[in-house]
Amino acid sequence: MAAPTVQALGLTKVYAGQTVVDGIELAVFPGECFGLLGPNGAGKTTTLRMLLGQTPPDAGRLTVLNHRIPEDARDMRARVGLVPQQDNLDPDFTVLENLRVYASYFGLSGPVLQRRIDELLGFVQLEAKAQAGIGTLSGGMKRRLTLARALINQPDLLILDEPTTGLDPQARQIIWQRLRSLLAQGKTLILTTHYMEEAERLCDRVAIMDHGRILACGSPHALIKQYIEPHVLEVYGPEVETWQDDVARQHARRTERVGETVFCYAEDEGALLDDLRQRPQLRFMHRPGNLEDVFLKLTGRELRE
Amino acid sequence: MMFHPPVVSLRWIPVWRRNFLVWRKLLGPALLGNFGEPLLYLLALGYGLGSFVGEVGGLPYGVFLAAGIVCGSAMNTATFEGLYSAYTRMAHQQTWGGMLATPLSVDDIVLGEMIWAGTKSLLSVAPILLVAALLGLVHSWAALWVLPVVLLAGVCFGALALVVTALAKSYDFFLYYFTLIVTPMFLFSGVFFPLDGMPIAVQWGAQVLPLTHAIAIVRPLMTGQPLPHLLPHLLVLLAYGAVAFYLAIGLLRRRLLA
Ligand SMILES: Nc1ncnc2c1ncn2[C@@H]1O[C@H](COP(=O)(O)OP(=O)(O)OP(=O)(O)O)[C@@H](O)[C@H]1O
Ligand SMILES: [Mg+2]
Repeated sequence: MAAPTVQALGLTKVYAGQTVVDGIELAVFPGECFGLLGPNGAGKTTTLRMLLGQTPPDAGRLTVLNHRIPEDARDMRARVGLVPQQDNLDPDFTVLENLRVYASYFGLSGPVLQRRIDELLGFVQLEAKAQAGIGTLSGGMKRRLTLARALINQPDLLILDEPTTGLDPQARQIIWQRLRSLLAQGKTLILTTHYMEEAERLCDRVAIMDHGRILACGSPHALIKQYIEPHVLEVYGPEVETWQDDVARQHARRTERVGETVFCYAEDEGALLDDLRQRPQLRFMHRPGNLEDVFLKLTGRELRE
Repeated sequence: MMFHPPVVSLRWIPVWRRNFLVWRKLLGPALLGNFGEPLLYLLALGYGLGSFVGEVGGLPYGVFLAAGIVCGSAMNTATFEGLYSAYTRMAHQQTWGGMLATPLSVDDIVLGEMIWAGTKSLLSVAPILLVAALLGLVHSWAALWVLPVVLLAGVCFGALALVVTALAKSYDFFLYYFTLIVTPMFLFSGVFFPLDGMPIAVQWGAQVLPLTHAIAIVRPLMTGQPLPHLLPHLLVLLAYGAVAFYLAIGLLRRRLLA
């Protein structure tokens, strides 16, 4: 197997006595899309900042694109693109100027750059907005511009911190499509997201993180198979609690009540379905296990601050 | 890691250039603010007050004041740039955050910002100097040497302001710096009146202020009076600039790379 694009061993970050990244091991390989999932405050952004050499780890070893980080971060960053969690486009410049000025930070200029900018504006479907001010762009357009900006140096590795948070479904679809086309070009992607569907669709492998630790890592399919029973029933309606105690617990390996809904995880769905057909007052949905089930099983259902 | 020596390279240029491009877009209000206000001082005080006080230090008051206004304006312009504008780029627009995802480092950003602050001093002083010359308040062609001195002073005041910015939690913090440092310096460095008449303690105190040393060079250049030894004055400005540069880089590394 090729040398990993990112390799982290025992990577640790401590803020004011609190360990926010706790000795994690990561290996991301060339050409793959790797997802970092975790509740708010899990340590995803902090991990990405360490990968970029934007903050030094308190312990551990880290290499990115064969550069030792943080010592050699400058040369590494010349080959990496970042879509940060918060947009930081330059509000004083137009779309075009944003790309040109950002390119200058990489030492890029001239006709080759102009061609690349034209291509990138096409790639993110913003040709018509080249002369527009940043203030006039929608959230989705800003995100696409940030993606184009991250590609200005033709990076081998693209790091995206919640690329689609706050976007409408159409805007999200465009980003997904663009990311898939980057993967087809052979780029390596690392992304964080709170949308399990997004991770399941895009990522070859995901790591589920909480309290600075990696709880599980693998392909979405393998994780679902490992942690979740093949059948999931979501049941709700009057007195669903009684039904959970009297029926569901007998036929499902695990049941869980969240608000008004009972989740049943079962190897075999037959008995549960037979019973539910006798109870028209209960409504239910029968579906296969998914990554969200894995995520909730591993990280729990309590709200995070 | 935070206070190791600065790594200096030409990568400050794109940082400087970014600010220059924004300035060029917003040219009108920027010039008016940096150049209009000092010009008002010059006209109101130079002619208004000048008609009462007559000669100061052997010079017509307007001529005496012009050199002070040039230096005071260089200080104010660079200070505003290093405080409010730099803080906006650091904290609100995350411009520096964007740069730190590229091959640029904190060191490049600080160097680019302080040279930009000096450039802005130059951009605001040059028209003041021209108008002062047209009003007959400049007595020597040597006044052209004022421009590099103003650039140096602006870089120095910009670096000092960046130290304050590195420590600031909000814009309000800058009021301390203005009230405790900038305003006293503006009043007691010989901008408006010669220091000779002040108590000896004040005269010695003024020697600590970088603005005093900028004025000590700029005034004879503009009035045609004999020049003092330049080296000590230049060294004071250079020393302030160098120490502030080092401190600003250390503090901003600590703040931005935490
Ligand atoms: N500069 C900092 N100083 C102190 N604490 C910090 C700093 N940056 C992050 N933290 C803390 O570290 C923890 C992890 O934060 P991080 O931003 O990495 O989480 P995250 O997984 O990206 O969360 P989110 O999904 O909300 O973006 C949080 O508790 C946060 O408060
Ligand atoms: Mg985050």
